[in-house]
Amino acid sequence: MSLTLADVLMAVLWIGLTAYVLLGGADFGGGVWDLLAGGAARGRRQRALVEHSIGPVWETNHVWLILVIVLMWTGIPPVFAAVTSTLYIPLTLAALGIIARGAGFAFRKASTEVWRQRLFGATFAFSSLVTPFFLGTAAGGIASGRVPPGLARGDLVASWLNPTSVVTGLLAVATAAYLAAVYLTRDAERAGDQDLAGLFRHRALLAGLVTGALAVAGLLVLRADSPGLFRELTSGWALPFVVLSAVAGVASLVLLWRRSYLAVRVTAALAVAGLLWGWGAGQYPMLLPGLPLRTAAATDAVLAATLAALALGALLLAPSLWWLYTTFQRPHPPPEKRPEH
Amino acid sequence: MATGTLAVTATDLWAARMQMSLSLGWHIVIACFGAAMPAIMLIAEWRGHRTGDVAYRLLARRWGRAMGVLFAVGAVSGTILSFEMGLLWPGMMGTYGQVIGLPFAMEGVAFFIEAIFLGVYLYAWDRMPPVPHMLAGIPIVLSGVISAFFVVTANGWMQQPVGFTQEGGRVTQVSPLRAMFNPAVPTLTIHMILAAFMVAGFAMASVYAVAMLRGRRDRYHKVGFLLPFTVAALVTPVQIGVGDWAAHAVASNQPVKLAAMEGVYRTDRGVPLHLGGLYIDDEMRYALNLPYGLSLLAHWDPNAEIVGLDSVPPGDRPPVNVVHWAFQIMVAIGFALLALAAWTAVTWRRRRDLPGTRWYLRAAAVAGPAAALAVEAGWIVTEVGRQPWIVYRVLRVRDAVNPAPGLVWGFVLVALVYLVLTVGTVYVMRRLSRDVPVPIAPQEADVSGYKVI
Ligand code: HDD
Ligand code: HEM
Ligand code: HEM
Repeated sequence: MSLTLADVLMAVLWIGLTAYVLLGGADFGGGVWDLLAGGAARGRRQRALVEHSIGPVWETNHVWLILVIVLMWTGIPPVFAAVTSTLYIPLTLAALGIIARGAGFAFRKASTEVWRQRLFGATFAFSSLVTPFFLGTAAGGIASGRVPPGLARGDLVASWLNPTSVVTGLLAVATAAYLAAVYLTRDAERAGDQDLAGLFRHRALLAGLVTGALAVAGLLVLRADSPGLFRELTSGWALPFVVLSAVAGVASLVLLWRRSYLAVRVTAALAVAGLLWGWGAGQYPMLLPGLPLRTAAATDAVLAATLAALALGALLLAPSLWWLYTTFQRPHPPPEKRPEH
Repeated sequence: MATGTLAVTATDLWAARMQMSLSLGWHIVIACFGAAMPAIMLIAEWRGHRTGDVAYRLLARRWGRAMGVLFAVGAVSGTILSFEMGLLWPGMMGTYGQVIGLPFAMEGVAFFIEAIFLGVYLYAWDRMPPVPHMLAGIPIVLSGVISAFFVVTANGWMQQPVGFTQEGGRVTQVSPLRAMFNPAVPTLTIHMILAAFMVAGFAMASVYAVAMLRGRRDRYHKVGFLLPFTVAALVTPVQIGVGDWAAHAVASNQPVKLAAMEGVYRTDRGVPLHLGGLYIDDEMRYALNLPYGLSLLAHWDPNAEIVGLDSVPPGDRPPVNVVHWAFQIMVAIGFALLALAAWTAVTWRRRRDLPGTRWYLRAAAVAGPAAALAVEAGWIVTEVGRQPWIVYRVLRVRDAVNPAPGLVWGFVLVALVYLVLTVGTVYVMRRLSRDVPVPIAPQEADVSGYKVI
């Protein structure tokens, strides 16, 4: 079997999806912790940390989602049409959640009065919870084969309200919260706030346990609800990824326990990425029931042009992204050294 | 899809179109700021740096803060658009998504660049020396303008679909670059990018015109008015020229759209230009006719033939009154803004000052909203004039829409969310200027003490 342009495009798409889950997902998770931070006075420091950590980067992290959507309609147009038409309801709700979240976050930052900060903050936090849930239910619908090819050919409700979808939706929320807690622990430590680092360490441990439990429960639900997917995940190419995910998940708990906040970032990301790639590998090359990649893929001319454009873009993007993340992962210069204007 | 048997109700089709026009019409106003405001802000920052002028430096910071909010809102309102391409029009995207994919993929790269440098530019304002900081602003300017270019090429393809072959409803060959650089691109993209500069410039100036009407005539407010106003005023005459070019392009590429813009029923020679009027029963009534005007304007020849609406069956004609009036409104606003720019220029040459009458400031205060209205009107001409085709002469809107029932509820929900979003945006933008008032004579401390983020 030789690698085709369509395979390469799918790999790029899956890399984009992974980046969105790991980076954008953590931004959602930040919102979840914002929601759970407690009253205005008690939660102030936590909220400030969340805001400080995601403020400069969330718009960039968000673009990964746009890239995934665009690559879907460019590279595998019939899949895009089938997914968006059948999963119209959860995707509309997710899109509205994205609007509420971004606007709430920006509006809160621009507000000075407490009641306004509360109102916009609540919008931001609440939509951080529901958006990953709906995106997760949509993913569960696709994974369990409930989205047939064609326009709106699947059941408009049962395609996303079913055991697999619900578990996947919950897993998406838990994953987001877990990643965010892990990242925030290190951010708090770097800012020199040991209290807050300890707090988020607890939360990360808790969220890690919940996520792991949900992943296991998810496998059991899959066995009953979509045996096909279960078989794919537990055999063949998917298995090594699932095992990687499990091992990295356990390792993350150990690292968190031992306060290795930087190393746990890597293992936590691997645990989540392993699940995603396991799903991808399990399903490959079938994208939707009866629709293999070969049939769904765009013409080679389109694939080649798109991949070339992205490759050129990557040359610009890689150093820029590096610069962005390192600029804000470095400590602030002390006030007296700040340039005057 | 060949097996598609779900029938779309008229209500759902209507709802899908309304939802699309609402989200696009909303996004475009913010997108104009996203494309043009960074450039105007950088000019202010640069002048502030060169001259040390406190007014310019404070303006740059305050604009930066407003831009942070507008960008966030622009990003999320753009995201829902990319969802809607599939949620509402899967019949188009499932078949032709790949044909317009390339510009969108490039746009994705531009969005990344824009978001990355915006993050650094806004959040590291006080952490970077001035010159590197301004350099970090340049990619924002370039990527904002070029992403407007990319997305409009995709729209251009819907007007002039080229660069692909199909057999039995399946696209078999695509030439992505030909599809991207379709014949509609030169006029559409240039006209749109210039429009963005007009909207952002006039609207920013409007804010200071209102403040001056309220009695704030200090240097800060004058500079805040003059800089964006000058940018927009310089663009205006060029924009009218490009608009004329666009009309010529429409006359040769989409003659039925031109007929709708002018309410011309019968194909004829020496056709007059209609000002105002209503199109009733295939006839233009109550209009002021300028003899030979349309033939002359569209083809530079008083006896040129103008293709009428009768050249296509009734089912293929766009709604005339909407398109005709949208066109009239855009052109009228264009000339009104030109007159305002000329008034300013003449007074400035004579007295090195703005016209003194309050009527001038009132006119300047409505210039921003008027420019935004012109953009909406222009897009109505472009998009409603393309009806009933979603891809001109290739695919009908009715065959592209999502056949799932209940689209109308989605529209209701989206409309409510946009209502709240509009109220929120307007409220927050107003508070931004009021929460930290500008002192009559700003000092150094007012500049460094103003937090951008
Ligand atoms: C500040 C905004 C503005 C102003 C002052 C004008 N326009 Fe415009 N016009 C637009 C903003 C705009 C727009 C919203 O940006 C459109 C929609 C699509 C596009 O690319 O530009 C547009 C579209 C548009 C079209 C349709 C193009 C198509 O469907 O392919 C025509 C024929 C014109 N314009 C012509 C004019 C003329 C003759 C003007 C002279 C006064 C004019 N416009 C002023
Ligand atoms: C941002 C400025 C734009 C505005 C204000 C705008 C406006 C509109 C309006 C009013 C309609 C409804 C027409 C009708 O049903 O009678 C429409 C339809 C549509 N537009 Fe645009 N448009 C814009 C740009 C674009 C761009 C850049 C694209 C794609 C690349 C696009 C794609 C569509 C599609 C897919 C439809 C639905 C099909 C149809 O009704 O024809 N639009 N737009
Ligand atoms: C003529 C029409 C349009 C123009 C000129 C335009 C331009 C822009 C610009 C300049 C931005 C970035 C600035 C900002 O966020 O405020 C933006 C954001 C965005 N636009 Fe549009 N746009 C148009 C229509 C569309 C359409 C039809 C779509 C999708 C189908 C779309 C999708 C997006 C997305 C996804 C973003 C967010 C990018 C981010 O996350 O940074 N836009 N648009």
